[in-house]
Amino acid sequence: MKDQAILFDYILHLADNQLILGQRLSELCGHGPELEQDIAITNIALDLIGQAQLLYDYAGQLDELGRDQDQLAFLRDAHEFRNVQLVEQPNRDFAHVIVRQYLFDEYMFRIYQALTDGLDERLAQIARKAIIEVKYHLRFSRNWMLRLGDGTDISNQKMQAALDRFWPFTGELFQPGITEDILTKAGVAPELKDLEPQWLEAVTATLKEANLHVPDRPRQRSGTGSGKAGIHTEHLGHLLTEMQFLQRAYPGLKW
Amino acid sequence: MTREQIRAILADVTDPEIPVLTLEDLGVIRDVIIRDDTVEVVITPTYSGCPATDLMSRDIVRTLRGAGVENVIITRRIDPPWTTDLLSDEAKQKLKDYGIAPPVWMREDQSVADITVPCPRCGSTRTELISEFGSTACKALYRCQDCLEPFDHFKCHR
Repeated sequence: MKDQAILFDYILHLADNQLILGQRLSELCGHGPELEQDIAITNIALDLIGQAQLLYDYAGQLDELGRDQDQLAFLRDAHEFRNVQLVEQPNRDFAHVIVRQYLFDEYMFRIYQALTDGLDERLAQIARKAIIEVKYHLRFSRNWMLRLGDGTDISNQKMQAALDRFWPFTGELFQPGITEDILTKAGVAPELKDLEPQWLEAVTATLKEANLHVPDRPRQRSGTGSGKAGIHTEHLGHLLTEMQFLQRAYPGLKW
Repeated sequence: MTREQIRAILADVTDPEIPVLTLEDLGVIRDVIIRDDTVEVVITPTYSGCPATDLMSRDIVRTLRGAGVENVIITRRIDPPWTTDLLSDEAKQKLKDYGIAPPVWMREDQSVADITVPCPRCGSTRTELISEFGSTACKALYRCQDCLEPFDHFKCHR
């Protein structure tokens, strides 16, 4: 693989993470548990989709096929998406929405923090902008972890159930993609194995404060490939069906 | 036309969602570059996903065309990132007069729970946070416990 293709693949992975989670969250528009949370979740969705646009814009300039933001988002099939499997998991209930968001916010905060010091200037610029937004998201999701984890018996049970369900998806966050090591050695991509203990420490502290316990199960799902390699759970295809419908049915349609 | 003239024309372009502020007040206009007969306006988006950014670009183009400047290009520069530190004192006063509490400066280690946002209507400091997210990404929703009015806070973003 050429250097440019490797960088393209990595930026696509970052962009896909933000877009897919943004799309998941936007499903709650008009369906949030309360008006305020509905607005909060959709605001976060907008930030994530905005970050995805900045990243796709960059990726598009490196793309051998010269695709723009919209073509990258709407005209690729599931196996071409490079997002981690955590972000494509369905919303189910508010506990799932919050737990998934919290685990991912703690992760993205560290990824962006590392990228701001990275050697790719354009990625560093995007990270400097995005991290301000992620800090705010993290404050929101962490507060809800505490409020619901340390709330009633039922809210605690629901949060623990969501945490147990998502825990096996968190190992993948720190597994480098096939060519990611090359970028890590080049000082562009963060060293994931350095970020993992920091992430685990922060998450463990929050769980303790939220009266939740660290699930007693592996953080890695056995026998499955990684979203970074285009291997996804069945949920991504359904999400894309809805998200891409318009461009598939009416190719090239513009607002 | 000179850069100063272009900037003077742009001084009338307001934010699509908070029309009391101009793009200049918000710190969205980064630069004006003139090359031959083309005017390039460099803007910086507030929040990455702010839907108003496209509208702002269109308003800039329309305003300049209205003043006889035909060739306008808009470019986006995201670095250094936009923060509410870019808001002028005048802008903050305008927000307050409009009924939106201007950003209350927050230290890195502070959370929204640590700051007091005075009510823009009656000035009371007995206010409570209703939601960290308001009608737009840049605002949070508060309520005054004295005059009982709800109000928006233009969040400290930095």
